[in-house]
Formats: sequence, structure tokens, C-alpha cells
Amino acid sequence: MTSANYTISRSSPASRFAAGIGILVLAALIAAPWWAGRADMRLLSEIFLYLSLACLWNLLAGYAGLVSVGQQAFVGFGGYMLFALAMFAGLSPLAAIPIAGLLGALVAIPVAVLIFRLRGAYFAIGTWVIAEVFRLSFAQVSALGGGSGTSLPVAIVRSMASSRSMREATTYWLALGMAAIVIAVIYLLLRSRNGLALTAIRDSEVASNSFGIDIWRHKFFVYVIAAGLTASTGALIFLQKLRISPDAAFSVNDWTAFVIFIVVIGGIGTLEGPIIGVIVFFLLRETLADLGTTYLLILGLVAIVVMLKAPRGIWGFVKDRTGIELFPLSRRVVEEKSDS
Amino acid sequence: MEWINAIVQGVLLGGLYALFAAGLSLIFGVMRLVNIAHGDFIVLAAFLALSTTSALGVNPLLTLVIVVPVMAVIGYVLQRGVLNQTLGDDILPPLLVTFGLSVIIQNGLLEIYSADPQKMNAGAIETASLALPGNLNVGVLPLVMFGVSVAVIAGLQWVFYRSALGRAFRAVSDKQDIAQLMGLNKAHVFGLAMALSLAVVGIAGVFLGIRTSFDPSIGPGRLIFGFEAVIIGGLGNLWGTMIGGIILGVSQNIGAQINPGWQLLAGHIAFLIVLAVKPRGLFPRID
Repeated sequence: MTSANYTISRSSPASRFAAGIGILVLAALIAAPWWAGRADMRLLSEIFLYLSLACLWNLLAGYAGLVSVGQQAFVGFGGYMLFALAMFAGLSPLAAIPIAGLLGALVAIPVAVLIFRLRGAYFAIGTWVIAEVFRLSFAQVSALGGGSGTSLPVAIVRSMASSRSMREATTYWLALGMAAIVIAVIYLLLRSRNGLALTAIRDSEVASNSFGIDIWRHKFFVYVIAAGLTASTGALIFLQKLRISPDAAFSVNDWTAFVIFIVVIGGIGTLEGPIIGVIVFFLLRETLADLGTTYLLILGLVAIVVMLKAPRGIWGFVKDRTGIELFPLSRRVVEEKSDS
Repeated sequence: MEWINAIVQGVLLGGLYALFAAGLSLIFGVMRLVNIAHGDFIVLAAFLALSTTSALGVNPLLTLVIVVPVMAVIGYVLQRGVLNQTLGDDILPPLLVTFGLSVIIQNGLLEIYSADPQKMNAGAIETASLALPGNLNVGVLPLVMFGVSVAVIAGLQWVFYRSALGRAFRAVSDKQDIAQLMGLNKAHVFGLAMALSLAVVGIAGVFLGIRTSFDPSIGPGRLIFGFEAVIIGGLGNLWGTMIGGIILGVSQNIGAQINPGWQLLAGHIAFLIVLAVKPRGLFPRID
């Protein structure tokens, strides 16, 4: 007689394979300063930083139901904090990055208390107002260059590393590290009790509330974490640019519109989505960037078509047809056949 | 005296903000849709007016006759063709689709008209002013615009609560399926709501283009002003939206009076204070 034993498992052959490939790719990327050119490394750094922003926005919108169009508030805040800490507190830029993140999380607390009073789409525009308030406020700070912005003093840049190539390698590794940390934090968060609660809230607020899940507290927690990591990413972005101005720091196009397109095209509400999305986005950008505004037109059009025809993006499309999951998040029943 | 002047000008500016807000408030009331591209449609209307004046050589105020119906048709077609597909329990699709539209409109306008600021000239009425007691001068044009926005709000109020169309709006707003059973075609009703919203946007755009200079990038700022007026006044209350617009206009002008750099900041801060103290707005609809 044949009986089947059922066990619950999170990993699958696909996820184990992906983990193996992932480690290989990570190792190759860590070694990039030895095999990649200067321009390639700059591009890769930019990809990693966009990947961080996209994963964080996806955590907010895809998992916590907090659709923000104002994450540029924290990108710019982080950038400005890095400049302020390095220029006025004499901190090394490397030490300023985590502190900028911490300050970003702190400032997100009162912001969240205020804008969590708005719901749904009005929450989205409320986050935008906050970003505008940040932009206009930093434009008033004359010590940071006011409306026209400021550059990071050469002495501070020099203090980071002995040579130019060493400095470039450092910022590259920081960007790679940032993306890895962001993905790891989100992955662990989603696998924790908190992640289970978030999934429940996403599926039904009413039902999860009746099970005793404190919706406000969970969303608040995710918002503050995302703000802190976004601010750290912002600090890194402007450490790479070496120059900051209110318009660049709080640009809705650069730090929110592109990020939303990446997540929507890749697949919202999945961890894999932003990774696919960022690759597609940069492929499009590198081939179409010469078109200027037409490129943005195409991007907007692609996002609308994806949202209407395949609302779960490229990865959602693949997942629905194959059931493949590269990050072992959902539980599945595994049947172990045994003869007895 | 400067202060009283700043307040009077702020009230008049608030009329324009109420126009920005009215269309936003209307479609949210009818189908819970927030149009992120709302501000860009205002700018689109301004550019339409600009092209019409330069093609026909007429006063920009007369372009209302063309711009308003054109915007209404755009609204109806957009709603039936695209936005109706996004409506449902999930708030994400309409938000992201209108966000994409916003990017498309901005860059499309940039492609056609370039980034140069434009302004329309309405002729002698622009410089005409009324002398009020107490050494106060009020421009005739801002006064006319304020009068029109009061009339538009009153008109929308009438449509919403006194007409057959308004009954259809309120019915689909309350319960879509039942309204459908009662013989209302909700896709068509939503189309009409968006047409009405963009018709108001048409008026707002023409006025904006006469009052200030404009360029393709200023849409999101207008969306934010309209949104703030809606929230300050209280969701679902059109006269509240009017007062919200006035509060916003007055705060901005008082801010500018203190320090020119604080104009926009003062408006945002007034909004955040209302949000902190009365999260449902000053005059929430009782329901």
C-alpha cells in the first residue's frame, strides 16, 4: 500500500537553484573593481541604488498597502544629512551613511503620525506634500547652499580613501552592500511574524483586524523602516554625485516615478519583481536614453499598458504560469511518496 | 494695509485653487478615483488655450468656448477607454495609471511647446482695477475669476443635488451594483463625471494661463494645491472646498508677505496644521 507523507516546506528546487546562482553573481559583483571599467562600475552602482529604492517602495506599496509618491522626501533628506554631518560635524562620509538612515527613520515617525490620517490615494498625495515641505525647507538653509545647493568639499572626498580608484571601489561596494542589506532586511521581515501579519493585512484588513492584528502599528513599523533605509540609500546616491541641490534631492521623477515604473514593470508585491524591473529599466534606458523626453513618454506608456494588461508585472506573469518562486517566502505542501 | 491687501489677494487666489480642487473632489465623490494627472490636465488646458489664441487671434477668455468642450470630450473618452478598466477594490491601478498619464502629458507638452514659460495676454482687463475704500486696489480680472469660481461651485452643487445627472452620480457613488440594476450604465455615468471634472479643469487652465506664466512642469504643484484645498475643506463638501482654497490662498499670501521664500511653505504648513487638528477637514460632510 502506498501512503503519502506531507510536509510543509518553504524552499523549492527553484529557490535552492536561485540561491546558488545568487551567491555566484554576488561573488562576481563583489570582485567587479578587478574586472569592470570605471563607467561600468558607475552604472552598476546606480543600478544597485535604484534596486534598493525599488525594493523599499515595493515593500511599502506591494506588501503594506502604503502607496507613496513621496519617497523622494527621504532620499533627499538622507543626502542632505550626509552633507551636513560631513561638513559641519566633521564625520567621515562612511560613518554618516548609517546615521543619515537613523535620522531618516526618526523624522519618519512624526511624518507617519500625521499622514496616516489620510487613506488610500489621498495618503499618496499627502506623502508628496511632505516631500515638497522638505524640499522648500532645505532650500531655506543657506549653510547648505539654499536653493542652488552645494558640493561636498574636496578635503572630505579625499579623506574617504587614498586614491581615486580606491574611492570609486569603496562607493561601488557601499552601493552593492546597500542593495544586499535592503533585500536581506525585507526578506527577513517578510519571513517573520510581522511579514505574516502584513500579508494578512494586504489580503483583508477587516479579517486580520478581527484576528487581533494591530494594522496601524504594523504599517507604521514598515513605513519607518523603509524611510530609514531610503534615507541611507539617498545618502549614498549623493555621496556618489558629490553635489546636492533641493531640486535634484527631492525630484519626484528621479526618485519616485522611475522607481514606481521599475516595480510595476517587474511585478509588484513580489521580491523578484524589482530585480527584474531594474534590469528591464536600465536596458530600456541605455538603449533609448538618446531620445530624451520621448523615452519618458515610452516609459509612461509601458507602465500604463503593464498596469492594465498584466497588473502583476513580468514576474507575476511568470509566477502565475509556472509557480516558480526564487525567494522562498510562501509555504507549500510537499508530498513524500514512500512504500510501506 | 499691506496685510489686508495680502489677505484680499489671497482670497481671490483661493478662488482659482477652488477651481483646481472642484474637479478632483467631484470624481473622488463619484467613483473614489484620485487623478494624479489632474494638475497636468490643468496645464494641458492652458496650452490648448494658448494654441487657440495664437491660431485664431482671439482674446484668451474667449478660448473657454473651445477649451472647455474639448477637455470634456477628452475626459469622457479617457474614462471610457482607460480609467474604467482600473476601477475596483484595489486602489493601486487607478493611481499608477494616472501617474503614468501625468508623465506622458508632461513630456508630451515638453516635446511640443518646449520648457519655456508661456503667458497669455487678456488685454485691457488685465490691468483694470477697482479702487476700494481704504486705499485698496483689486484687479478686475481676479475679481471676475473669483466670481466664476463661486458660480462653478454653485453650479456643481446644483448638478449634484438637484439634477437627474447628479442623482445618477450619487446613486453610483453609494452602491454601484444597485445603481446598475436600476438601469444606470455606470461606465457612462463615470464617463460623464470625468467629462464634467475636466470641463472645470478647462476653465481652471484658461484662468491659470492668463493669471500667471506656466510651463509643462508645473502640473503636480497645481494638483497639490487642489488636493490641499479638498482636505482642508473636508472631503465631499464642495463649499468646504471653496473655503479650503481660500484658506490656502490666504496662507500663501501671508507667508509671502513675511518672506518671499515662504509662500508655498506657508500653504503646506496650513494644510498640515488642519490635518493634525481636524483630520476630516474643517467642514466634513455628515454621513
